[in-house]
Amino acid sequence: MKRRNFLTLSAGTAAGAALAACGSSGPADISTGGKAGGASYWTLSGPPGESVRQGAVDRYNKANPDNQIKLNLFQNEAYKDKLKTAFGAGQQPTVVWGWGGGGLKSYVEAGQVDDLTDWFAQNAPVKDRLFPSSFGPATINGKIYAMPAETVQPIVLFYNKEVFDQLKVSPPQSWGEIMDLVPKFNAAKIAPFSLGGQSRWTNMMWLEFLFDRIGGQSVFGDIFEGKANAWSNPAAIDALTKTQELIKANGFVNGFNSITADSNADQALLYRGKAAMMLHGSWSYGIQLAEGGKFVKDGKLGYMNFPGVDGGKGDPNDTVGNAGQYLSISSNATPEAKETAKKFFSSLLDDTEQADWIKTGGVPIIKGADAKLAASPDADFLKFVYGVASNAKVFAQSWDQALSPTAAETLLDNIAKLFTQSIGPQQFADNMNAVIGK
Amino acid sequence: MTIAPPLAPAPVETAPPGSKLAGGSGSVSWMAWPALIAFTLFGLVPLVGVFLLSFTEWNISGAVKPAGLDSWRTVLADPDLLHSLWVTFLIMAFSWLVQTPLSILIGVFLASHQRYRAVLAVLYFIPLLLSQAAISITYKALLDPNFGLGASLGWEFLQQDWLGDPVLALGVVVFVVSWQFIPFHSLIYQGGVRQIPTSMYEAAQIDGAGRIRQFFSITLPQLKYTIITSSTLMVVGSLTFFDLIWVLTAGGPGDATSALAVEMYQRGFKANLMGPASAIAVILVLCGLVLALGLRRLGGRNQADSQLEGV
Repeated sequence: MKRRNFLTLSAGTAAGAALAACGSSGPADISTGGKAGGASYWTLSGPPGESVRQGAVDRYNKANPDNQIKLNLFQNEAYKDKLKTAFGAGQQPTVVWGWGGGGLKSYVEAGQVDDLTDWFAQNAPVKDRLFPSSFGPATINGKIYAMPAETVQPIVLFYNKEVFDQLKVSPPQSWGEIMDLVPKFNAAKIAPFSLGGQSRWTNMMWLEFLFDRIGGQSVFGDIFEGKANAWSNPAAIDALTKTQELIKANGFVNGFNSITADSNADQALLYRGKAAMMLHGSWSYGIQLAEGGKFVKDGKLGYMNFPGVDGGKGDPNDTVGNAGQYLSISSNATPEAKETAKKFFSSLLDDTEQADWIKTGGVPIIKGADAKLAASPDADFLKFVYGVASNAKVFAQSWDQALSPTAAETLLDNIAKLFTQSIGPQQFADNMNAVIGK
Repeated sequence: MTIAPPLAPAPVETAPPGSKLAGGSGSVSWMAWPALIAFTLFGLVPLVGVFLLSFTEWNISGAVKPAGLDSWRTVLADPDLLHSLWVTFLIMAFSWLVQTPLSILIGVFLASHQRYRAVLAVLYFIPLLLSQAAISITYKALLDPNFGLGASLGWEFLQQDWLGDPVLALGVVVFVVSWQFIPFHSLIYQGGVRQIPTSMYEAAQIDGAGRIRQFFSITLPQLKYTIITSSTLMVVGSLTFFDLIWVLTAGGPGDATSALAVEMYQRGFKANLMGPASAIAVILVLCGLVLALGLRRLGGRNQADSQLEGV
């Protein structure tokens, strides 16, 4: 499962999606579920999530014939545009599927989604069975505005065991060891790290980990809260400097600036042994399983959490990525529809849905889901992901999703420049300080 | 028909309505309506819309708020705009420099009547039939630093970081643009060359001019207006390159190939800043207008004048 579909083909796609968004399917017939207590639910189409989502809705509707959920599925990019237009026109669905963080914050600030804090307080069993870390991106200004759902996708350091055995070296346990490994792999004509740098968010994952490992969660926390000059934090400058040191030492594969992650070429470098390591989302496991021949089945794929930085303040157990997916309730829905939506929330991630997600190679955000993972052919990896997610005291959200779209675009733009070394750490911090809180 | 021969003195340039020249059945100005309506709806109305949007603040989903000159101030004070203008200019200049000589040569070659000409012509036109996105994806795959042509064939000179090095990436963009559009401009030049009367060449041959002399003394001067037309299309067209760059480099590495159109898209649809994006769009339109008018000036006032007088 890819993190998102990148708009790579043409501007026409965007225009087409925008047109589709104001297209003929009049919102009136989808914004309510038909009957008085009915609720509508918009989410993403496409495998593997679509069938699991459909299954959850079907089971709920079977059990609640009086107040049905009406499911509408959209392709990723089209969904984002459709949702923007629908919120603008006041025609949004009762249940809004999303990524939490910055996107959710903009709905909260516009008063478009309901505060669910009290509901979670009254329905402790619903809340308590989920990973506590999954509530991070759902929480805005101390209040919960979304129901965490579906699966957890941390960013993982993948490595090619075969290559490590060849060179008789072991996976790095610290930043110092990473820098020691770089010349060894380069001498053997193997790239130390694969990276799909043209996609930009792939570069961002390096900064996310280094910021956290060096300065702890508060470094990005200050940025997220909009504190002035938060990017100039010494820990941030140190992390940016270390990133450029790794680039200068040829830590990343030759030509990484022109490799895109959506073509999966970065992952091909790892499973073909052209690169030794790769920082990527846990969803990459499924891609390597499908495309890497016997690489994964023969146990050649290694994985670990990002190591610590010597002298750093951050906890090496922390992780970043997608702590879950998020369902919010529109403020403009009828009270009956809101009740239906909440009832639906309580029914989510039942045993069947958990099993469905595990089958797709995902780890549901349920405490104790690890017991169900053993039966899966990918049990080792799934248990590892479960361990990372449940041991992380801080499960930070991807920066581009945590920030507003405007700040996120500036961030990605500057990250691209940082990785081509056309700007240094100080310039990066100055550029980013200028858009803090925007 | 009793149309006066054109050699007769005819001071009236346009035929009066209802004359025989107009087909004898009244005004034909209505024939321009469909094109005019389409142009107004899809050309002028969006243009006015974009112009108005550039004075507002809009994040696509929310309400459109008037913002005065804010967007213009942001855009004009941003060093990224200058950089984008420079990149756009480089792509424009280099693609013109590469395309024009090659297109003229191929056009002249295709206009003659040599053997295999038809077969070669078909081969030359293939790039024109492919979509820009398809071309870009193909070149991206061929130039991939690890799985591309250079790595597969093991040829050293092909093993460059084609799309990852700022200078090379710009070169690749110019190359791919030229590769796609040279056939189109060759077609224009072929038509231009075919219109040059053969009597000119016959006269030149009698005077003892060789092929090269004929090319520089007859073909090139006679192609003056064709060159201006083709250059206008190249120069104005190069302002709007978006899909090709977006797929090939996404404006990277860094912002080395971030032309105006790419910059506009990123601000508008990625950063949700429609105001500044509209301001860039207006700048794009102005650049296009100025360039097109400037190129027309180059051709002198009366482009409709015949170049064949005295033949």
